[in-house]
Amino acid sequence: MIEAGAIDCDVHPTVPSLEALVPYMSEHWQDMVKTRGLDELVSISYPANSPITARADWRPAKGKPAGTLEQMRTECLDPFKTSIAICNCLYGAQLLFSEDMGSMFASAVNDWIAKEWLDREPRLRGSIVVQTQNVEMAVEEIERCAKNPRFVQVLLLASGDHPLGKRFYWPIYAAAERHGLAIGIHAGSNYHNPPTAVGWPSYYTEDYAAQAQAFQTQLTSLICEGVFSSYPKLKVVLLESGWTWLPAHLWRLSKYWHGLRMEIPWVDRSPMEIVKTNIRLSLQPTDAPPDPASLEKIIEHMQSDEILLFSTDYPHGQFEGMEVLPQGLPKSLVRKIMVDNPRATYARLLETVT
Amino acid sequence: MSRHVVAPTREIPPGSRKLFTIKGRPIAIFNLNGDFYGMFNRCPHQGGSLCEGAVTGLVESTAAGRYSYSRRGEIIRCPWHGWEFDIRTGKSYCSPDKVKARSYPVETAHGAELVEGPYVAETVPVHVEEDYIVVEM
Amino acid sequence: MNVNVKPEAAKRTSSRLAIADCDIHPVRATPNAFDPWLSARWRDHLKTFGSPRRLAMQAGPAFPKGQPDAARRDALPPEGGRAGSSLSFMQAQHLDPNNVIFGVLNPLQSGQGVANPELCAALCAATNEWQVAEWTSKDTRLKASVVVPYESADVSAAEIRKWAGHKDFVQVLVLSRTGEPLGNRRYWPIYQAAAEAGLPVAVHAFGYGGGPITSTGWPSHYIEEMAGHAQSCQAGLASIVIEGVFERFPKLKIVMVEAGFAWAPAFAWRLDKTWKALRAETPHLKRLPSEYLKEHVWWTTQPMEEPEPRTHVLDTIGWMGWDRLLFATDYPHWDFDDPSLALPLPISEEQRLSFFRENALAVYGVKA
Repeated sequence: MIEAGAIDCDVHPTVPSLEALVPYMSEHWQDMVKTRGLDELVSISYPANSPITARADWRPAKGKPAGTLEQMRTECLDPFKTSIAICNCLYGAQLLFSEDMGSMFASAVNDWIAKEWLDREPRLRGSIVVQTQNVEMAVEEIERCAKNPRFVQVLLLASGDHPLGKRFYWPIYAAAERHGLAIGIHAGSNYHNPPTAVGWPSYYTEDYAAQAQAFQTQLTSLICEGVFSSYPKLKVVLLESGWTWLPAHLWRLSKYWHGLRMEIPWVDRSPMEIVKTNIRLSLQPTDAPPDPASLEKIIEHMQSDEILLFSTDYPHGQFEGMEVLPQGLPKSLVRKIMVDNPRATYARLLETVT
Repeated sequence: MSRHVVAPTREIPPGSRKLFTIKGRPIAIFNLNGDFYGMFNRCPHQGGSLCEGAVTGLVESTAAGRYSYSRRGEIIRCPWHGWEFDIRTGKSYCSPDKVKARSYPVETAHGAELVEGPYVAETVPVHVEEDYIVVEM
Repeated sequence: MNVNVKPEAAKRTSSRLAIADCDIHPVRATPNAFDPWLSARWRDHLKTFGSPRRLAMQAGPAFPKGQPDAARRDALPPEGGRAGSSLSFMQAQHLDPNNVIFGVLNPLQSGQGVANPELCAALCAATNEWQVAEWTSKDTRLKASVVVPYESADVSAAEIRKWAGHKDFVQVLVLSRTGEPLGNRRYWPIYQAAAEAGLPVAVHAFGYGGGPITSTGWPSHYIEEMAGHAQSCQAGLASIVIEGVFERFPKLKIVMVEAGFAWAPAFAWRLDKTWKALRAETPHLKRLPSEYLKEHVWWTTQPMEEPEPRTHVLDTIGWMGWDRLLFATDYPHWDFDDPSLALPLPISEEQRLSFFRENALAVYGVKA
């Protein structure tokens, strides 16, 4: 049974078109965008009409899935009795190679989210979109948007230019920790590198399935580079990552840590311990075993009931009807996943918002 | 327990080690700066021959990129999977998870204190009598 | 460091369980060991230009390892030379005491991944001759892999056909980090030749395809590379399944070597879920990805998974099937799994025999 008052940690308001962002640009960029005839920044991570990009019953006759607040209320917030939903906007600001243009788009998206969504619906919170090629500019954007208490997270992509643990990125984590913002890493790539560890796949099916490996890589990087030794309060949330792969990954990483500790001596706890205190994963999609009893076993392997955070991943198509809680999920965990764990993860949710 | 006179001290110069069989068990004897230490020659992880491992110091860190190196020559790495053991005490330098027993408070400042693990290499008491190395087993 | 004494080779009798070891790494005793099978042109070329791979260093790996040669320090042969270079020491230290009745040789540093395609082919061909001359002809427990220059698929197919039917060769060897994902059509001639020859294709972790070793660039540390083999192998295997290699080559067998195996169940579950949603994209696939995996893919056991508690790995093996795993030691590498200690868990005799021997004999078509 869905717990009333749930916190949905992954919903995707859709930018209707580049036009919608233009009012949030300076005159200079408005004219550049028009003069140069920019295309929509829509990532191949979500082909427009693919079944995962939007569930069939969430596709409107006109306009985009999750394109309006009305759609989100009717299709997502109301039916799932959500008290809070966190908006992760996937418009492709981060895809660009120019740090200036990327920054500009990120700011426009953040302003659009704040005005069109967060200001108009008290149940909504947002993630700050930043480009990651210029870390100083990313930190500036975080500082700017952190003033708005409705922003609770910084949004990064699962595959970018470098593994996210690299020290080059640490000012972003410092800023996030300073402001009580979580770091949200969301499925998708900026495609500045081939989207798998062995090159470019031929099929979208491979690309989407490969997101799990991207998250595994980022987890390894964040842990091994010592991000959590330096920023112990930081919470990192893996969004739309799948989660049933987590125990196997940690077994391997922990095993190697025992023998190679001397290479990364700042990692003073087992990777499994670090995940328990600092890493969270959203519920959808659940890459579930064929039988529900095995799902319980995987949860047992995770050795913590604090890791999973409820999400619908709206409007992506991950489950049928109202079946957002996978079969086999122990009833005793439902409230933890839907309410307690998200509250404990997003410090800024606790702040009252006028 | 009995005393076993193993070898004259000059057989194991400072910084070196040697393997002996005492009471049927393989025992590695180390000389750390004139002090002798003994260890059962099987790694508690999967039985690797500890005597064959590389000896290093203790690498610690308070922050990424900063290395503090101490106790050079006093840590042995198992030649198989690289687990580190303190030659003096046999203690290992990684702890497998003890989930329920150990909750790690996030608010504590992390000084990267090494968690000494429950995997311990078995040590044997060694002393010197008139230039001879003696093991009690 | 003065190590005066080597421990005695364990005196163990053949009452120990007879096992198969599906990942042994023989090494050249000298740098010139391939010379008998290399033309003067290549011998001269090597002297002048070496054999660069797609990475920066002339010698050694991109990520320096944790131990010299990534080897067990106690595997250095008493007569000298590198770990894994002495057949007699391998016999004394490993094959005899561990009662290995069937050992698969996976020669690394064989020329695979060398950037010059003709040199790569010459070195691979020499490696195959060397395996027979120095190893399999001298100890019939050991079997060879057809080492192929996989970036040149047609040349690889020819090399496979050359050795097909030879009693000493039991599989084809490729590395996991290829220039493009392994299911890509450019590699299909390899699968065709292997399937025709009745040889499984073993995908062994490592190699340098030339691109970053993760989907998000290059990591900093060796430990990240080691953990990362699981991701590279998943990507390659997903490609093989989704591109339809098993539909096209229904007799093909794939062995994932040194990739880890605990990732396999969730990997299959995710492929199934994703494919079910997107199946219109791949009409050439007629079955669930997990069904292809169950019919065509095996995994070697090393590095053995070590969850706490250890019994959790029994759930994993249960999901995969006890017929999926092929025991391997990775001798003489540092993360070696000792057969007497690798699976200290309550399992049935049938499971033990499958795990340590019978699955391998079945996959490689060996009558014990």
